[in-house]
Amino acid sequence: MLRILAHILRTGIVTEPPPTINDAALETLGLELRRAIDVRFGRSLALRFIDAGSCNGCELEVHALANPYYDLERFGVGFVASPRHADALLVTGPVSRHMETALRRTWLAIPSPKFVIAAGQCACDGGEFGVSYASYGAVENVVPVDVKIPGCPPRPEDLMLGLLASLHSKIEG
Amino acid sequence: MTRFAWLPEFETRLQTAGIAAHAEKEAPPARALRVAPAEWGLAATVAAQYGCRWAGMWAEADEARMRLYCVLDYAGDPLLLSAEAPLETPEFTSQTPHFPAADRMERHARDLFGVIFTDHPDPRRWTRHRAWPEHWHPLHPDQAGDSPAPGRTPADVDYPFAPVHGNGVFEIPVGPVHAGIIEPGHFRFHAAGEPVLKLEERLGYVHKGIERLAVGRDPAALARLAARVSGDSTVAHTWAACQAMEGVTGVEVPPRALALRGLLAERERVANHLGDIGAICNDVGFAFAHVQTARLRERWQRRSRECFGHRLLMDTLIPGGVARDLAAAGRDALRADHVALRREIGPLFDIIDDHPPLDDRLVGTGVLSREHARALGCTGYLGKASGCNFDLRRDAPYAPYDTLEVPVVTDSEGDTAARVRVRMAEVLASLDLMDQLLDAMPSGETAAPLPTPPPDAIGLGRVEGWRGETLAWVRFDDEGRIARYFPRDPSWFYWPALERLIMGEIVPDFPVCNKSVNGSYSGVDL
Ligand code: SF4
Repeated sequence: MLRILAHILRTGIVTEPPPTINDAALETLGLELRRAIDVRFGRSLALRFIDAGSCNGCELEVHALANPYYDLERFGVGFVASPRHADALLVTGPVSRHMETALRRTWLAIPSPKFVIAAGQCACDGGEFGVSYASYGAVENVVPVDVKIPGCPPRPEDLMLGLLASLHSKIEG
Repeated sequence: MTRFAWLPEFETRLQTAGIAAHAEKEAPPARALRVAPAEWGLAATVAAQYGCRWAGMWAEADEARMRLYCVLDYAGDPLLLSAEAPLETPEFTSQTPHFPAADRMERHARDLFGVIFTDHPDPRRWTRHRAWPEHWHPLHPDQAGDSPAPGRTPADVDYPFAPVHGNGVFEIPVGPVHAGIIEPGHFRFHAAGEPVLKLEERLGYVHKGIERLAVGRDPAALARLAARVSGDSTVAHTWAACQAMEGVTGVEVPPRALALRGLLAERERVANHLGDIGAICNDVGFAFAHVQTARLRERWQRRSRECFGHRLLMDTLIPGGVARDLAAAGRDALRADHVALRREIGPLFDIIDDHPPLDDRLVGTGVLSREHARALGCTGYLGKASGCNFDLRRDAPYAPYDTLEVPVVTDSEGDTAARVRVRMAEVLASLDLMDQLLDAMPSGETAAPLPTPPPDAIGLGRVEGWRGETLAWVRFDDEGRIARYFPRDPSWFYWPALERLIMGEIVPDFPVCNKSVNGSYSGVDL
């Protein structure tokens, strides 16, 4: 136990400021976001993640959001296990035809008002896989999409920015 | 021993069994033999008895013929066995009864090509769910157009899982959508109380038609597709595909490019092992290790982006070389990183290795015996943790590993703790390899133009990815475009191993067992 504590002390805190902090416009957005989350989502935003056909590259970067550098949870954004507990759906991958029904049902299970974020090139426009006998391509071909975060895969900071932007558009709209 | 010294003896064995085998066009480094379709299964029996490792199979077809290939490995030498049948009656005997590892790949070939295995023990579909009709095969030459049923795809609810009967036996269906952030797939547990009697996997949910998308691409576009077979193995798959294409075009890949590829592959290995070691610990509630390794992994990936332009190293390899050179400053930074990482993981790995509460959950959990690992064809950390001492980098070395001493760490326990130990040892070994690569980095070009391949050329690529032996099969058409691509991810063998090692374990230990194996869904759904 002492070794563990010593290691923790040695490591210190590595969490970085959110990627928006240097940019004045985005800083304002960050504040608005915080306020909006407080008002609209009871101080937290619950995301349900679904991989609808990705190569797992996007998934790795979604994972990275939880590492101590980004620690997404400190902004009140967390991942939940059930769509029934979610405010929004975060989808990666082109939608494989074999995942169509699962994606649609997951989306239906999220209580309204809800919104959908397509993360990654594949989710945005089909990416390298496009539309084929096996794939529907973009997520919006199956469920309505509110925000797209391009990149193959998008970096964690892109994902964070996208999340902030998605809330922003939701607040305005 | 010289390469393929065993082959004459093996051919004699085939002959004794009444199988006529003909030498075929080679796909270096593989030798090739062809047998009759009716003897496809029997040839596998002979190979199994001879002690070959079954390393994958795939189909390909032209207007007249259906052809099957399988790779049999003996002492690191790949033998490419093929058989050919007329397209109207593509009938072969099955290799599954002799190599259980062949089961899913044969069913995959059946679903995608319409290959008929006359004595296959499992008539159920595999890759096809319900997106297209049973008798439409996306890779059959007669069915090049679109799928005949482009409407909504219903859920795959009628897949006949094998029932288990008995007093108090119940089923637990899980997936395709999982509670966490993981790829989709379905697990069907049969349990009596807590112990798992049987686990059956149903995969294919992320099938996105990679093999058909490859057809007609040029080499550069194939490399981009290969980079996306499995995002966590992007270097391994791209390298294997490039190797297959480079082998047949006779291009001399510059030594500097090869050294950089080695560096990239080791970086991929370290990143994934770091992430997984932490995730395994996290699954049994030891969040400390998870946070620490996630931190180290993040720093590692940032450096990858800085030096090579991509956090996961996608598209860093191109046919003929690498996409980007490593600057002198980058080289210094990497050296410093290696020193720093060694310093950090020393005490961290000590804790993981010797933390009684962790041992309580990992030691003896999810044991895969050496016999099963061998029979199922497992390579990589899964095979090594169960005592299978094989690593392409040492046993069939390709540049730059042919000039390096690759330490191969194995373990005999075969449990989750052993898989963690093997991964920790591989991280340390990779750091040493990377230092050696940096020290002896050749100067010069980083890519050579790929000449047009000869018509109908075939190539096999073999790379020791972080998950194990990764294969790529490529056939070119007459215009130098891709006519066939099959990437064989090590996960094909990992998934059946997971079904095996979970037997008798309690259901709550499934997540940690699954994590310690970490098969790729995308890599096998294709
Ligand atoms: S966007 Fe790129 S990383 Fe994400 S699923 Fe598609 S190919 Fe993979």
